[in-house]
Formats: sequence, C-alpha cells, structure tokens
Amino acid sequence: MTLTVNDLRVEFDGFVAIDGVSLTLEPGRLHFLIGPNGAGKTTLVDALTGLATGSGEARYRTRDLLGLASHTITRLGVGRTFQTATVFEELSVLQNLDIAAGVHRPRWRLMLPRRGTPERVAEALETVGLTALADRPAGVLSHGQKQWLEIGMLLVQNSAVMLLDEPVAGMSAEEREETGELLRRISPERTVVVIEHDMDFVRRFADVVTVLHAGKVIAEGSAAEIREDAEVQRVYLGDTVADMTETRAEESA
Amino acid sequence: MKTSKIKHSSPYAGWLLLAIALLVLAPAVLSDFRLGLLAKYCCYAIAAVGIGLAWGRGGMLVLGQGLYFGLGAYAMAMHLKLADAGPGGVPDFMALYGDAAVPWWWEPLRSGAVAVVVILVLPVIVAGLLGLAVFKRRIKGAYFAILSQALAAAFAILLIGQVKTTGGANGLNNFQGFFGYALFDPANKRMLYFVAAGILLVSILAMAWLHRSRFGELLVAVRDGEERVRFLGTDPANVKLAAYVVAAVLASVGGALFVPIAGIVSPDDVGVVASIGLLAGVALGGRASLLGPAVGALLVGYAETSLSEAFPGSWSYFQGALFVLVILLLPGGLAQLVGMAKRTVAHRERPALEEAAAR
Amino acid sequence: MDAILAQVFTGISAGAVLLLIALGLTLTFGQMGVINMAHGEFIMAGAYTAFVVSTITAGTELSLLIALPVGFLIGGLLGLALEASVLRWMYARPLDTLLVTYGVGLVLQQVARDVFGAPAKEVPAPDWLDGSIPILGYDFPLTRLFIILLAAGCVAALLAVLRFTALGREIRATVGNRDLAETLGISTRRTDRATFFIGSGLAGVAGVALTLLGSTGPNLGTSYIVQAFLVVVVGGIGHLKGTIVAALGIGLLQAFLAHALTGSVAQVIVFLAIVAFLQLRPQGILSVRTRSLA
Repeated sequence: MTLTVNDLRVEFDGFVAIDGVSLTLEPGRLHFLIGPNGAGKTTLVDALTGLATGSGEARYRTRDLLGLASHTITRLGVGRTFQTATVFEELSVLQNLDIAAGVHRPRWRLMLPRRGTPERVAEALETVGLTALADRPAGVLSHGQKQWLEIGMLLVQNSAVMLLDEPVAGMSAEEREETGELLRRISPERTVVVIEHDMDFVRRFADVVTVLHAGKVIAEGSAAEIREDAEVQRVYLGDTVADMTETRAEESA
Repeated sequence: MKTSKIKHSSPYAGWLLLAIALLVLAPAVLSDFRLGLLAKYCCYAIAAVGIGLAWGRGGMLVLGQGLYFGLGAYAMAMHLKLADAGPGGVPDFMALYGDAAVPWWWEPLRSGAVAVVVILVLPVIVAGLLGLAVFKRRIKGAYFAILSQALAAAFAILLIGQVKTTGGANGLNNFQGFFGYALFDPANKRMLYFVAAGILLVSILAMAWLHRSRFGELLVAVRDGEERVRFLGTDPANVKLAAYVVAAVLASVGGALFVPIAGIVSPDDVGVVASIGLLAGVALGGRASLLGPAVGALLVGYAETSLSEAFPGSWSYFQGALFVLVILLLPGGLAQLVGMAKRTVAHRERPALEEAAAR
Repeated sequence: MDAILAQVFTGISAGAVLLLIALGLTLTFGQMGVINMAHGEFIMAGAYTAFVVSTITAGTELSLLIALPVGFLIGGLLGLALEASVLRWMYARPLDTLLVTYGVGLVLQQVARDVFGAPAKEVPAPDWLDGSIPILGYDFPLTRLFIILLAAGCVAALLAVLRFTALGREIRATVGNRDLAETLGISTRRTDRATFFIGSGLAGVAGVALTLLGSTGPNLGTSYIVQAFLVVVVGGIGHLKGTIVAALGIGLLQAFLAHALTGSVAQVIVFLAIVAFLQLRPQGILSVRTRSLA
C-alpha cells in the first residue's frame, strides 16, 4: 500500500519542524529516512501517526491520515515503533503480541480468555526469532530483543506500512545484521520506512534513501546516488553529526 | 515492583476457602448481630472488588466511589420508603420536613423492578458520561483522582442540601420491609446476609474471569503504557471506561444491599471520607490481586467495629496508620505477603527435593 | 447593582481563602508531584496555633499578628517531618502519596481531637478587625478585607522568594527539569525540603486566617481541601498565576451561583463547570515525548 505525503508542514510554537515535505512511500522496498539531528525525521513519523499536528496531506488508501487519532491510523494499517523500545514489561512476550493482534478481533471477544497461541502470533514469534522467549516477561528482554518484539507487534497487527524509528540504535553488530535481514524478509509485502543514522547500515540494506535537512527533502535515490549528491555532502560535512557513533540529543522537546 | 500476576495459578482455591468461610463457617459460629455486621462488610467488599479492577488493574485511583455506592443505596432506600408507605402513600420523613407530596422523580421507584433497573443502570450512565468526558480528554493520574473525589463531595453536599426530598444529613432510615419481607424478622436478616455474601462471591468469580480475559490483559497494558496502547490500534479511553463502569456498578450494588442490612443510608456513607474508606480494604488486601480487595474490605470492616468497641477514638489512628504503613511498605498488600511466603516455601522445598533425588 | 457588588466582594474573599490554601498545594504538587491530603490538617494545625497563641496572650490585640508567623513555622515543621519520614521514599509513586498523606491527616485529626477535644474552639478576632468599612456603598467586613490582603501578601512574598533568591532559582530549576538541575549541582533533596517547608507553612498561615471566619475543629481542613485541589487542577499544576486566576474564578462563580440558587446546588454546578473547563484545557497531559513513550 502506497502512502503519499503531500506538502506536509509541522510547526511547534512558531518553529517549523517539517517544511513542505512531499514523499511517496511504496511497498516492496526498504525505504530509509536519513538526515542530521533536527532534520525532522521523527517529527515526520509523529505527524503520520497522529502524535503531531501537521497541515498538508498524507494519503493512504482513501483516507488522509492527518487529523486522525493514533489508534484509528493503526487500525487502518499504518504502524510505528519508537526509538526507545516501549513494550509492556510486566506482560509476557506472547501477551504483548496478543494484545497487538487484538486489532483483528471483534470487540466482544475481549471478554474471552486467550487459549493457546494464535496462529498469527506464532508466525510473528518465529519471524522475529522470539519463540523461545514467548512466556518470559517482556521486561527481561535485551534492548535489541525489545525492538524485535516491537516489530513483531507490527507484524501481528498486519501493518501494511511500518514506520520504524531507529530500530538498530544501540544494537550490537550482530543484532544489527539480524535486524537488517529481518527487515529484508518483511519488506517485500509491505511498505517499510526506517529512520537511521548508521550510514553503513543504510548502504547495506536500503533500496531507497530520502535525505531530510531542516524539515525539507534535499535528495532521494539509491544509497549510491545519495553518496554522490553534492547537496547531501555539504549538509553532512558541514555538520559534526557526520560522525556515526555520536550520542544523540533530543531532536525536539 | 508492581503486583500484577501474569499467571493465575489457581484463583479458585482461595475463592473456595472464602466461600466456605462466608457461607458455612460464619453462619454457624456468629451470633445474629455479628452476622448482620458481616453482611455490612460484604457490601463494602462488593464495592471493593470493583475498586480492585479500576485501581489495581487499571491504575485509576477512584477516590469517589461513594458516589456510586450512594446512587445504589439511595435508589434502594427510596424504594423501601415508598413501599413502606404503601400504594399512593407518602414516606414519613416528607411529612415531617416538607409539604407531604412525593416529588415526581421519586414516583417511578415505587416499583421494585424499576428500583433494580435504576440500581444497575444509573451508575452505568453516570460513570459512562463522566468517564467519556474525562478519559477521552486524557485526564488521568492525579487529575482524575481529584475530580472523582470532588464528585463524591458534591453529591454528599447536594444530598444534605435537599432535606425535603433526601432526608438531608440524617439520610433515609427506619425501613420496615424489603420486597415483602419484614426487616425486623431475624430469619430475613440472615437471608439478607446470604444474599450479600452470595453476590460478593459471584462478583469475585466475575472478576476472575475478567482478569483472565483479553480485556484483563489489555487493562494491565493500559495501566503500564497507556500511550503505547494507542499504537496497537486501541483507544485506551474505552478500556478504562469499561473498567470504571464495572467498578461503578459493583459499588452501586454494594450500596443497594447496604440499605436493608444497615437500616440507614446518609450522606456520611457517600462523601469523601466514606469514599477513601472504601480504598483502605483494597490497599490492605492487595489492590491488583483477585481476592485481596474483598478480603481486605472484610478485615477492615471487622477491625473498625472491634477497635471502635474496645477503644473509642482509636479507629482514626488505626486507619491512618494502615494507609501509611501498607502503601509505603507493602504496596501489594497482604497478597504480596502471601506471594512472598509461597516463594519462600517453594525455595525451601526445592533443595529438599534435589537432596532426595541425589540419594 | 448592590446585590452584584455584594456577590463580587463575597466571591473575592472566598477566592482569597481558596488561594491561601491552594498556594502551598500547587507548590508541592508542581515541584514534587506529591498530592498532599494532609495539607488540610496543616491548616487545622495553623488554626489551633492561633487558638493556643490567643489563649497564652490572653486575647491581646497582637495575638493574631503573633499567630501568623508561629502558624507558618508550625505548618512548615509538620511539612518537613512528613517529607523526611514518609514522602521522601515515595517520589517514584506520586499517586500513592495521596493515600499516605490522607492517612497522616487522619492521625493528625485524631491527635487534635484528643488534645483539644471534639467541640469547636472560638478564637476571638482582635478589636481592630471588628466592624466593616464602606467600599462603593457596601459594608465590607474588616476580617474579610484582612484575608484578601493576607492572600495578596503571601502571593507577593512567594513570588519574591521564587524570583529573587537563590533558593527560588533552585526551586524553579527543579520544577523545570529535575535531572538537569541535579547535574547542575543543585541538591534537589534540599530544594524539596525547602519547598515543602514553605508550602506547608502557607497552610499554617491559612489556618490562622480561617479562625477569623469561623470556629476551629478537628475537621476544619477536610472541608476546604477538596475545593483547594480543584483550584490547583484548574489553574494548571505548578502555575502560580493559573492558581490565582482559578481561585478567584471559582470563588466568584460560587458566590454568584449561591446567590441565585442554593449553596449546595451551586457547589454541584461549580464542579460540573470545572469538568467542562477541563474538556477545553486538559493541562499538562498533552506533552508526549515520542522517542520513548514510557
């Protein structure tokens, strides 16, 4: 499912965080969103998922996502993860996934207890490699495993569009590799958009890269094309953020 | 350090014990007077079961449950007064304070069926409207607690102010019959006890079901990560609303049963102090556990009576200390202690088993 | 016209009482997230302080003026004791502080009952507050005028402390960002204690002032605390200006409604108005940090 963003603008108290962004997010390819700190990457995802108010248009199927409530957007099939993985620590991995799968159940079924592992949940457990940990409380998972659990939650929701906010930040090299493979596995049937800072990771896994700077799209193309782009080089070299291993501060309050 | 149980090993064993204690042991051992008191505690416990759901499982500090307790109680009391007065009659106190005319909003309650419907439906409407207004606007935490408390306070003030139609500060009392049964007959009082204990046990069973249902899991998820739930496609407001409404109905039922058992309802039973008092038992027993709220409410009721009899004035100290010590040191309540005891026993047994296996 | 003027005065003086009570609450609520239900009992302690001072000084003209600072001290010390013994362990569980402090309040009420007896005590107002002065043709009781001035004085003093002293800067920094303040070398523990002392001391002052309006009993605080919390909520937690506006607004609304209807119906309508108001401006809940939703 294609998500088309048209002239999106987001303003916080007079500060323009997103300044007329237009994007086409298509299924079947891994789409990376990069840019220096403060470029507006997270804000863009916030605006598409009902956390920030924006003007313009974000067309998905027949609906404009802007102005819809977060839970409605999720139900339409546009899901997201958070930079700091947020899972229900006291519930088991299985319960976390089962709650996410609730989107597809009629409301009255809420009154019934869960019996066994729903097929969709079992599949997702397998895909993200957490089957062995299904009954552990999510709180004991490692940082990387929590990110996978979040991706798993999007899988059981059957999100057609997945917006992932720095899923590999803080992961070990091995975990990054596995996450990259995981993203490859799930991207053919969906629209997967990844916010990322690690250029190495981007080069290895990106099909399409969009570069944001100061709330505007300054380049779009394959990873190789982006590397050659003069404007991108200027932005990145003129910015100490070029270092990939820096600790990142909050982009917006 | 929160106390929700992911696994529900066997809630029914505890329930069975409670059922035996309430339905077999207590009627055999206790005098009619004591049994009447226990019946009263059961009414508080029914409200407490609902508070356990909303507060313990849902994280909503419901400080104003006296409102719903009062709605049920006054609906029942009004019906009993009208029934006592007979067809077309006027309740005694109205002749005393007012112009001896039954106001229009009293009239429907002449019918017992209408009274039962009001007791069950009115809390749904009130809690539903308030919940929608509050939860949809994401008013939560302390804001919600203070609003719910203010609502109970406002209700009590309203009752006191309308002497002619509500009995004012004295409330409604001196009931003769309960759906045709004379209330001065000890046999009927025993029957009322069994009704209250039975409804309490049934409501705990219903709660066990809710805890195990997907709704129960979702409610815990909302408590621990309300914002996150939105991105799973569920509006947390609806989940909280449902839990809040269930708690309101249980409080209303507890209040309705309280009236024939205690023989009186007054604004003191619905105000701020009474509302927070309902929380004491829930905190003591364990807010998030299944049996904790009910058992805690029964214990607190018993302690209040016996302490007040033995040392007048000491109850305030005791209740105050209970809030401070339990919430500070044992936020999971007695259920937390039971859980710790179970784990200790399990630890002690395991090496013994291993030793046996090695031999 | 006269009726309206009378209600305006009644409303302002009711608002001033609410403001005196809510001032300390909003400070502790705003900085520490502590919902101090024992605040009402600190008020009661202040009122009994006025009673004791007036008894000791045998009702001299200055007893009220002596009672004000002593009441501040008593309230403040009670607050310090509460913070040091119980609340410091509970900053991670702000909602639970409500019930703990309610428990403390219950104990304090019973202490008052055991020490002073259940019947209410009267504290005689000094002669210089006897009578009234005409303002715009309306006889305004001097006691009420005194309370309005006292509330204004307390607001001014609090603002001065917050704005011009080192302690005030530390308090504002801690309210703004506790972790950052800590890394800047501010002892947030000490700041918390100081805030609690001031906030609770203001409750003591409010208690002394309340003796001018009525008698003093063990339940004095409970009758004011619920409304005071509503003022804090409507004003926006931790916002002094909001608290002032909310206190006066609620005071005026109540005065006019009570005039037009009955007192009890007025209270209920005020409550409904507050729920409606929060529909328009549910404060402090809208800021969501999106990098992590925890």
